[in-house]
Amino acid sequence: MLKTVAGAAILFVLIAFTAYLAFNYAPVERTMGAIQKIFYLHLPSAFTSFLALGICFYANLMYVFRRQAKWDWLGVSAAEVGLAFISVVLITGPIWAHPVWGIWWTWDARLTLTFVLWLLYISYLLLRSMIEDPDKRALFSALFGIFAFLDVPLVYFSIRWWRTQHPQPVILGGAGSGLEPRMRVSYLLVWVAFTGLMILLIKARYQLEAMRADVEELRRETEVR
Amino acid sequence: MALLSNAAALLGKELRTEFRSRELLTTTVVFILVVVVLFSFTFDPTSIESRRFGPGLLWLAFLFAASLMLQPCFLREQNNDTLSALRLSVSDPFGIFLAKLLANTFFLLLTEMLMLPIFAVFYNVHILPVFPQLVLVLFLGSLGVAIPGTAFSAISAQARMRELMLPLLLLPLLTPVLIASTEATAALLDPNPALRADWLGFLAGFNVVFLTALWLFGEYLLEE
Repeated sequence: MLKTVAGAAILFVLIAFTAYLAFNYAPVERTMGAIQKIFYLHLPSAFTSFLALGICFYANLMYVFRRQAKWDWLGVSAAEVGLAFISVVLITGPIWAHPVWGIWWTWDARLTLTFVLWLLYISYLLLRSMIEDPDKRALFSALFGIFAFLDVPLVYFSIRWWRTQHPQPVILGGAGSGLEPRMRVSYLLVWVAFTGLMILLIKARYQLEAMRADVEELRRETEVR
Repeated sequence: MALLSNAAALLGKELRTEFRSRELLTTTVVFILVVVVLFSFTFDPTSIESRRFGPGLLWLAFLFAASLMLQPCFLREQNNDTLSALRLSVSDPFGIFLAKLLANTFFLLLTEMLMLPIFAVFYNVHILPVFPQLVLVLFLGSLGVAIPGTAFSAISAQARMRELMLPLLLLPLLTPVLIASTEATAALLDPNPALRADWLGFLAGFNVVFLTALWLFGEYLLEE
């Protein structure tokens, strides 16, 4: 408990500090101006959500092979936290796109992928709520999670071949890409802070899931008596 | 080899069960027909407009129909308590999936073949000159629907609200199949028909990915 509070306090300070960096330390982008500041929320959220969904996939695999309840708890925690971060991405994206592109939404590769990902993991959580038996729920949602994750690159490439408008990657984007050093530091620190937040949230959610399992176990015991 | 002979025997069983009642096939054909007719009210189905919207609506109708058609695939076994018998009789559980997904592909392809002439007449598109190529697209697309569809039919059979769960699980996952099949079909219905090898290759790749996943994880999908 104390550790969680301490972690939350550290994260609060870190996020406040990175917000200061994003607004005051990083320079204003030349063409887009102040609108570009939303990227300090958008991009790290996207990275963090992919990380969370990667953790979910790993937990799903581990559950199928090991059959330990803890992997199921980790899977659902990571999926929910990932979904929260994807929602941030999907909300901040259009806010940026409207003044810059003149439209709220376009069916471009990365946008569509993010949206399909959001739908897939909503389905994952819905499926969980529709299966009563805990062991079955864990196994079948894990299997769905594995299939859903395999779909991600396929969705991405199919839409990329089809039509694309999203700005080319600025970070790790090959020749001509690159960031002003102060921007890079800001991005990196925001991402670190968000990853910390993700870990904290997953941990809290995991403990909740473990407690729920305990309660269910106790209830079943009393029923048997 | 045992896998293939098991799968062939099971495929025969699936086909026999269906052709005795033909319940699934008739309802699916009528469903697609209804969708195709209803779609014609949403835009002016002239030749030019149909070429723009036709392939997409055709594949959407197939996808929705498939998500209904795949429903009883495992539910039937569950209701009759035959799944454990199946598992005991087959050495490799992948054989069960192979048989079921081939049967589903066959049923889908059959309904698509029945619907294609009606679609061509209603929407004023010429399919005869490109018919063999079209069949190839339909086959790869249907396989792409049937592979994850059969797997998810085993998942949704375990859930409440299963009639709604299967489309919900399956349709977002099929985004790549929808795009690739629609694009390939549209290229064939163009005034200058072209066989888009890139999209066909993509569909084949999709099928390989999910067939491999099914081969790896199929046995867990059959646990009760």
